[in-house]
Amino acid sequence: MSTATAVATGGAPGGAPGAVRYGSISRERKRALYWSYFFLSLFVVFFLMPPIYMLITSLKSSAEIGAVTNPWWVYHPTLENYVNLLSSKSFLTFFKNSAVVSVLVVSLSIIVSILAAFSLARMKFWGSATLATGVFLTYLIPDTLLFIPLFKIFAWIHDKTGIELINHWWVLIFLYPTLTVPFCTWIMIGYFSSIPKELDEAALIDGASYFQILTRVFIPVALPGIIAATIFAFTVSWANFLYPLAFTTSEDQLVLPVGIVTTLIKGDVYNWGQIMTGALLGAAPPLIIYAFLMDYYIAGLTAGATKG
Amino acid sequence: MADAVASDLRVAAVGRRGNARSILRRKSTVAFLMALPLIAIILCLVVYPAFYAIHLATLNKSMTKFVGFGNFLFLFKRSTFWMVVEQSVLFAVTAVIFKAVIGFIVAHFVHNIPLKGQRKWRGMLLIPWVIPPAMSTLAWLWLFDPSYSAFNWIFAHLGLPSIPWLGNPYWARFGVILVNVWVGSPFFMIMYLAALKSVPDQLHEAAAIDGANWLQKIWYVNLPMMRNIIQITGLFSLIVTFANFDIVKILTNGGPVDQTHVFATWAFTLGIWGNDLPLGASVSLFMFPILGTAAIFILRNVRKRGNEA
Repeated sequence: MSTATAVATGGAPGGAPGAVRYGSISRERKRALYWSYFFLSLFVVFFLMPPIYMLITSLKSSAEIGAVTNPWWVYHPTLENYVNLLSSKSFLTFFKNSAVVSVLVVSLSIIVSILAAFSLARMKFWGSATLATGVFLTYLIPDTLLFIPLFKIFAWIHDKTGIELINHWWVLIFLYPTLTVPFCTWIMIGYFSSIPKELDEAALIDGASYFQILTRVFIPVALPGIIAATIFAFTVSWANFLYPLAFTTSEDQLVLPVGIVTTLIKGDVYNWGQIMTGALLGAAPPLIIYAFLMDYYIAGLTAGATKG
Repeated sequence: MADAVASDLRVAAVGRRGNARSILRRKSTVAFLMALPLIAIILCLVVYPAFYAIHLATLNKSMTKFVGFGNFLFLFKRSTFWMVVEQSVLFAVTAVIFKAVIGFIVAHFVHNIPLKGQRKWRGMLLIPWVIPPAMSTLAWLWLFDPSYSAFNWIFAHLGLPSIPWLGNPYWARFGVILVNVWVGSPFFMIMYLAALKSVPDQLHEAAAIDGANWLQKIWYVNLPMMRNIIQITGLFSLIVTFANFDIVKILTNGGPVDQTHVFATWAFTLGIWGNDLPLGASVSLFMFPILGTAAIFILRNVRKRGNEA
């Protein structure tokens, strides 16, 4: 690239005046590079400001938050917000509920979507192509369209069978797969279709059953895709706010995002130190996973098309 | 593979007569059984509720009487409804445009720096997308706090007047859009960066030889090459932004005086808090036309992309 440009301009027949006026290519490139870094830094400041401000506030005492000092600086750092939250029984309950729901939803989604994707990508049956398109379309139906009918359906189930589904944290295990399974299946179909057919034909000739082809060939080969789908499912089920807000109300049934929003904000009294600490702790698990598995995360984002 | 299917069918056909076990052994049956959990989840928890919403929208508040289009007619007469329509469209369109533009610009800057450093920058720039939106919106709520706003503190030191971030309807609308752009533009950046990487270098070289400057390279080379991704990403984002709930709910809860409500938050307020599920369902159904249109275009684009590959 750079050599081509150099030839293009520098190769202009002895046109020294032009070359002098524009400056050397390398200097121009360097300047473009500095501008890139400059603007990138501006964007990084914009993108990282809220999380950094969370951290700053979480390290302050309530007295310091209320005082008229520089809000962007911590004068007397303290961990009291963290200690208070991590020793509060309700916060730990939220954390536990969130963790259990997420782990179960992720396992369920991955099992369901691997089986379905294998069958849709390789085995085919009557209507399987339509189903693949249907999976994609269901992925486009947002939770904001479904929560009201689901609410009514749950009430109806309660009337008919006496099973109370509303206000139990475990009901989220049935709800979150509507958000995770279609996309996970979609990613997995993409990964499974990219596996060369020769691979499973060879396995077939060697006498492998379909189950063996799936476990011995497809899952190991498509492992990056499975990890990407796992991360996606975890992020979605950890972050969802609408379903728990609509379906759970008692304090011991809440998951983390809703728990922080509804219990730490009491009327008009905002304890910002604790709220920011809670928000930071709530954001920590996805952030930690992201820090270690960034490439899989991005692969999942760019595989096919995603929500954004 | 087709041969394998054919032979399977033949084998199955031979042993079909009344033999349940052979049906179970048939490949398509196994395939169907494997997809069954997915089908069950989609039918019970997505398709059925979606249609049930339509039925629900035709009932009266206590859900005892069929009122036909009564709920819709009631909504059409309320000025709040039209305000919500206006705000939803304004919110979604503005936010998507800004996300796309910022994503496009940042993607070019990241693409411009040496490959070695790109990973680090990309990693930092994607963080807003990773944090659960409900959590990061809390940070924005605190940044917009009426008495302790950290932005207003900076403005005060620069000699600027302080801004009533969420107290004034126009600033509140600006606020929800700003937070949405903040959350969503990293996603655009990642998608566009992936698209940029797939533009062959030869095209830029050819353009350079023809004397194109950087703007012409972006306009005549990058933009056409990225068109499909730009469309798909934009349409996806339009759906999600249009159906947004978390940000508006936490940041303004529709206020001041319902000026920032979008369909999802208003449906929640009417349906769950106001205890009028049919009315809430009617409101949320208004998202459907936009979602459907966007979905059709996405599907067409995805198919096209599949054919090109």
